[in-house]
Amino acid sequence: MKPNDVILRSVTRVAAVIILTFSIYLFMNGHHHPGGGFIGGLSTASAIVLLYLSFGIEKVRENIRLDFKKLAAIGVLIAVGTGMAGVVFGQPFLTQTFGHVDLPIFGDTELASALIFDTGVALAVIGTAVNIILSISEDR
Amino acid sequence: MVPFYAFIFLPFIFAIIVPFLYKYLNRQIHTGWFVLLVPLSIFIYLLLYIPSVAAGETYRYTLPWIPTLEINLTSYLDGLSLLFGLLISGVGALVILYSIFYMSKEREALHNFYVYLLMFMGAMLGVVFSDHLLVFYGFWELTSVSSFLLISYWYERRSSRQGALKAMLITVFGGFGMLAGFIMLILMADTYSIRELIANLDVIQNHELFLPAMLCVLVGAFTKSAQFPFSIWLPDAMEAPTPVSSYLHSATMVKAGIYLVARMTPIFGGSSVWFWLVAGVGLITLLYGSLTAIRQTDLKALLAYSTISQLGLIMCLLGVGSLAVYFGPGESGTVFTVATFAALFHLFNHSTFKGSLFMVVGIIDHETGRRDIRFLGGLMQVMPITFTIALISGLSMAGLPPFNGFLSKEMFFGAVNEVSQAGIFGLGSIGVGFPIIAWVASIFTFVYCMIFIFKTFGGRFRPEKLTREVHEAPLGMLISPLVLGALVILIFFFPNVLGKLILTPALTAVLPMMDVTPYDLKISAWHGLNLELLMTFSVIIFGLLLFKTAKRWIVALRGFPQGLMLSHWFNRGIEGTEKLSGSLTNRYMTGSLRHYLIYIFSFFVLLLLSSLLGLYGLHFDFSQDAPIGFFEAGLVIAMIIAAITVLMAGNRIIAIVALGAMGYMISMFFVIFRAPDLALTQMVVETVTTVLFLLCFYHLPKLKKNIERISFKLTNVIISLAMGLTVSLLALSANGHKLFEPITAFFENAYELAGAKNIVNAILVDFRGFDTLLEISVLTIAGLGVYLLVHQRVKRRESNETE
Repeated sequence: MKPNDVILRSVTRVAAVIILTFSIYLFMNGHHHPGGGFIGGLSTASAIVLLYLSFGIEKVRENIRLDFKKLAAIGVLIAVGTGMAGVVFGQPFLTQTFGHVDLPIFGDTELASALIFDTGVALAVIGTAVNIILSISEDR
Repeated sequence: MVPFYAFIFLPFIFAIIVPFLYKYLNRQIHTGWFVLLVPLSIFIYLLLYIPSVAAGETYRYTLPWIPTLEINLTSYLDGLSLLFGLLISGVGALVILYSIFYMSKEREALHNFYVYLLMFMGAMLGVVFSDHLLVFYGFWELTSVSSFLLISYWYERRSSRQGALKAMLITVFGGFGMLAGFIMLILMADTYSIRELIANLDVIQNHELFLPAMLCVLVGAFTKSAQFPFSIWLPDAMEAPTPVSSYLHSATMVKAGIYLVARMTPIFGGSSVWFWLVAGVGLITLLYGSLTAIRQTDLKALLAYSTISQLGLIMCLLGVGSLAVYFGPGESGTVFTVATFAALFHLFNHSTFKGSLFMVVGIIDHETGRRDIRFLGGLMQVMPITFTIALISGLSMAGLPPFNGFLSKEMFFGAVNEVSQAGIFGLGSIGVGFPIIAWVASIFTFVYCMIFIFKTFGGRFRPEKLTREVHEAPLGMLISPLVLGALVILIFFFPNVLGKLILTPALTAVLPMMDVTPYDLKISAWHGLNLELLMTFSVIIFGLLLFKTAKRWIVALRGFPQGLMLSHWFNRGIEGTEKLSGSLTNRYMTGSLRHYLIYIFSFFVLLLLSSLLGLYGLHFDFSQDAPIGFFEAGLVIAMIIAAITVLMAGNRIIAIVALGAMGYMISMFFVIFRAPDLALTQMVVETVTTVLFLLCFYHLPKLKKNIERISFKLTNVIISLAMGLTVSLLALSANGHKLFEPITAFFENAYELAGAKNIVNAILVDFRGFDTLLEISVLTIAGLGVYLLVHQRVKRRESNETE
């Protein structure tokens, strides 16, 4: 008989959203406050792991159709790509720039190319962490 | 004339063509016929140089090789190198002619044979014509390598391989010694050229490296020329085909050491160490070789030991001749110049008679299928021409008239008699030993020559003991020994032609400081009734007596215990070294990780502690330290408790949890020390690792799983305490030393430079983004590694199940 873990699932439904939001906050906030790609990625991964724990691997896989190995690879590629962008503009490898843009809703917003780099970091961390945990948990 | 190096490289170039000739033309014509052209053309070309070299001219050609390092193929032609060049190409041509009939066209891998032989010939020509020390060394090693290949020509035989290995080990050992000597010479005189070394004599002779350089060079010469006690490789090298033995191990390669000694005589000669080593070792080798040769029953082994003995004779003469350098021009100097002359003369004679003797043995082996004198006998009637050649060459080796060996042996006796009266280098008291040993060795030489001739050709013919129908060798096989035999006689009757044209210029090359005229060095067969002639007579009489009574005493000689042989000791030494290194490796390469960690940590502690204490790096400065707060103290105490719990934990779960506690406390430290990013990361990472540890724990195999405490080992405790102490001391001493201002001030401008208020993040993604890039690569690789490890195992398990 399957155990009835309705409480766990209900809590997870709410908690996952909160964790994901928090991790996005950590990630976006990293430029000016504690946080950043690494910790943001890890907390995203923890949200995904929580989903796996409560709903089972098969169900989550149906809904999140992502190959996390590829995700990690894409992350690394993005990071390398931002580095190459500097080279294209005649700057040394991995030169980052930033600028202030007046966006309609957000007002005066600072956009930094480092954020793209950080996205790469975050994707790589998410991909790796979920990949490791999935691999080990499938090893039965 | 054609630049000289063209002829050094001709054999190498031709060696490239040989395999093609073998593949396409061998069915019609024996490959050897084409190869014969090479030494023949070199020989003729060198003959053209004789008149001008005899007139005292020398030639020098330079081909740039590595000009920036001053390494050039400098070929230098004087009397000495011309003598050797003629020997190499002349005997080479005869040997190749002989090998055409000796080596079967159908059965043998002729392309290998001739490629190796040509390589050897080119290397040998390179040795004698090189003026550059390092190029000389290069060619020298090439002779070792090609000789190795030739000895192991029949590589499917075990004894061939062993002989080749032994020769390789010993000659390369000597070659390395020689290289060391050469490098010292180069350091002393700051030149690579042998010519310029001789020009800078006074610098070299007063240098502190003079003696070590001499010893190293001599090791090279002695190993190559099979001098005592390095002679053991030569008898084993007799596993090579007979043309090879005849060429390499009698006429050319073994004389490379002689050449080296002769070349270096102007540099090292005149010192007592040189004299005693060269002459002394030569004399010992002479006696040892002749004594051991008598014991042999195998004809080739007999000739091998006789080669050793004759090389000893030449070496001894060169040693004696080096006294001329000491005395300088003058009456007593001239006397010893004659000794060097005798050395060169005997060198030439030995090549002629020993080459033909080896060919005779090859013929006997080829026609009878036997090489052992216990099976042979009475071949005189069946093989008259071969017998004649053997008689001529054998008696020449024994030093009898009317053959060339007689002349050089007389000069040898003359030289050793002079040495006993030289009265320098402590010769006064023991100088008389020289003629006595030489005389005794000559008697033995005489005896083994008699054994060689009369045990094989004399006595009763016993065809039942032989494996083949015995008949005279084909004419082609006889040409080469006939030519050499004719030379043996011709040189006896006209020695001064050779002396004037070739040997005198060679002598001026060995002893450039002596102004010799051909008149001083007239070789005469009859030089009056003197001590030397009496010695020869007594040698013949005693030799005949000993030969007649050989049956009685030779048994005692053959019964000489195996345990006292040099070769036995060499083999034991090789085995011992292998065993020793094997057991040594097994002793420390235990395969136990714990042992390797002990080595690593002990070395770490040893190096760091000794350098800390030895270099006075150990002093503390606490003045800059911040005050210790309440939270820090509490956390440290908690961490110590957690650490001790990990060590003392009775089961793994406790250890894992304690480790997790440590991790969280570290993140608390980060909080206290105001590192929020680190604290966040540390917290999450610690959680993940703890979970992974627990997973690992869950998967431990049930079998043999014993939950017990870590066993106590004293070594572990000592090493870990020492390690901790070392690192603590290091950190404490480093703490007090601020060598320069930290660069944190730069990063505090993160907002202006990178638009970021979070300095840590700015450093990670902007200032030092490259590190981060590689770190995420590491992370991804680790993830892929885990995936592969897990899935490979799953796949393997599945494939096992389907099987």
